Amino acid sequence: MELLIALAIGTLTGSGVWLLLRPRTYQVVIGLALLSYAVNLFIFSMGRLRVNAPPVLDGSMPVDPAAYTDPLPQALVLTAIVIGFATTALFLVVLIVSRGLTGTDHVDGRESDR
Amino acid sequence: MNFDPHHLVIAPILIPLVAGALMLFFDDRERRLKTTIALLSSLALFAVAVVLLQRVHVGNDAVALVYLLGNWPAPISINLVADRLSALMLVLTAILAIPALVFAVERWAKAGPHFHSLFQFLLVGLNGAFLTGDLFNLFVFFEVMLAASYGLVLHGSGSARVKSGLHYIAVNLVASLIFLIGIALVFGATGSLNMAEIALRAATLEGFAEPALHVGLAMLSLAFLVKAGMWPLGFWLVPAYSAAAAPVAATFAMLSKVGIYALLRLALLVPASGEAFGAMLIFIGGSFTLVFASIGVLASQSMQRASAYFVLMSSGTLLATFGISEPGSTAGALFYLISSTLAVSALFMVVELLEREQDAAADVLAVTMEAYGEANPEDEDDAEIGQMMPGALAILGIGFALLALVLIGLPPLSGFLSKFAILHAIIGPPSVEIAGGGTMRVILATLLIVSGLTALIALARMGIRTFWAPVESFAPRVTIVETAPILFLLAVLVALALQAGLVMDVVTATAGDLHDAERYLDAVLGAERVPPFAEESQ
Repeated sequence: MELLIALAIGTLTGSGVWLLLRPRTYQVVIGLALLSYAVNLFIFSMGRLRVNAPPVLDGSMPVDPAAYTDPLPQALVLTAIVIGFATTALFLVVLIVSRGLTGTDHVDGRESDR
Repeated sequence: MNFDPHHLVIAPILIPLVAGALMLFFDDRERRLKTTIALLSSLALFAVAVVLLQRVHVGNDAVALVYLLGNWPAPISINLVADRLSALMLVLTAILAIPALVFAVERWAKAGPHFHSLFQFLLVGLNGAFLTGDLFNLFVFFEVMLAASYGLVLHGSGSARVKSGLHYIAVNLVASLIFLIGIALVFGATGSLNMAEIALRAATLEGFAEPALHVGLAMLSLAFLVKAGMWPLGFWLVPAYSAAAAPVAATFAMLSKVGIYALLRLALLVPASGEAFGAMLIFIGGSFTLVFASIGVLASQSMQRASAYFVLMSSGTLLATFGISEPGSTAGALFYLISSTLAVSALFMVVELLEREQDAAADVLAVTMEAYGEANPEDEDDAEIGQMMPGALAILGIGFALLALVLIGLPPLSGFLSKFAILHAIIGPPSVEIAGGGTMRVILATLLIVSGLTALIALARMGIRTFWAPVESFAPRVTIVETAPILFLLAVLVALALQAGLVMDVVTATAGDLHDAERYLDAVLGAERVPPFAEESQ
């Protein structure tokens, strides 16, 4: 499981960084989205990977912390997802405005001269 | 219900939040109402910030006021901490916000929707970032601030703004992701997000956790340094700041200081091998930023670009000085932070008023002509003789000259005093006994003085070109409402110079707090809950 998660984060980060460095704005958006998935998984893994352990405490009996997974990273990931979602949406709007104003989807607003 | 003065700590976040949200209910045509709400909110912020600073500085009971959200016990609760540094930054933010708002009333607030709301949300983010004592909330407030700034940088639209805005947003989104990776690593290593608790646990880490913490802190610093515009991470800053509307750019001068604030707080709280975390790298980066900004100021053809390079110059000076990492130099740097931020902010406004009437192309033409040594083709034209110097131009000219004095660091204004304080701390008599870091001190002193010289050359050229020998004669049409904020900022700068002793007292005490992390830790971790609270039942 550790290997799987590590590979997933690595693949997502690699593709994200590559797309981020591409000249088209749409590729940049997708790159940012992939990177944020990678980061979210990474935050998640920092709470240590556990299988079959709930994050929410059951208050009716004495609590044994060893039986639960760390709930904090899950809350952090949730916040990070919400913020990432909002900023990506905003970036999309700017992308469309830029396309409308400059007539090209190049990140610099004009085609590079080759 | 009794009003507990304790709640003042959270007021700088709540006031603009409520004001900004309230204004969303009104149509943008209700301009007078919106302006009133925005101004009232900013004035209230100023009052609260001053009271907070007074309480933490003068009141000798505690170094920091700690506000435990939800009244949970100390290390568990999400906390807000108002210590001297936070309170100082809050006051500075409020002082900048008021003139920027007034300046915007006449023209810029009409240039697009929801200016006032976005502006208030920007203040929420700024104040929150200064107050929070929790790493993840620092991220959240950074995002609030950035989200509002994305809207503001595009305010007024136009292809130049959208183009630089696109780059600005992309770079800052990546920085935010790096910020998150840093937070995750720090949490993974220490198991805490409370900055004080992280600092406490950092000392006892063993095995893999210690390098993990250091990598995490390095990632966090990277995100802060992108915000502060350190070379080579700050290439996005100049186009974005110079394209932004003047009141927005004036407030953004404060935005880059958030990065510096966060860096300072964290680096000194979690020292590595006896000195501030990454001090050497910060010093080198800061020095290169200073060199880059000095060249940039000289090379800029438009005044807006030059002003943006002055933001970088201020960042570079601060970073390089913090790299020395001593109470004395830090105190001088904090003074410099206050005076340079105010001056750059005012410069953005002055420049906007001057350039509004001028063709942007005329500026480029003037520099090109100087470079190629061509005579001014309009020299023969005598039509300008006998024209009265308009009053507005005189006021702007004097304002420009005073700001130039501050930015260059010439006496008698605060720019000189703050640079002198830094130089005195690094190469003055007291430092002779301190061994080591001799080369760093000499490099920094040289850079400080050389950057002052390049600023002098650039500003003198700008001034001569605009006020004495413009390509076309012009009379800026300036209203009182637009001049007042500039005069206000100038008055504050003059007051800074007159009350330099008082300011030095505050910054010296602040630097003392910063370099003695124990005080912060004691205050935050020993914070008492407000009675009455329910005892935990076991």
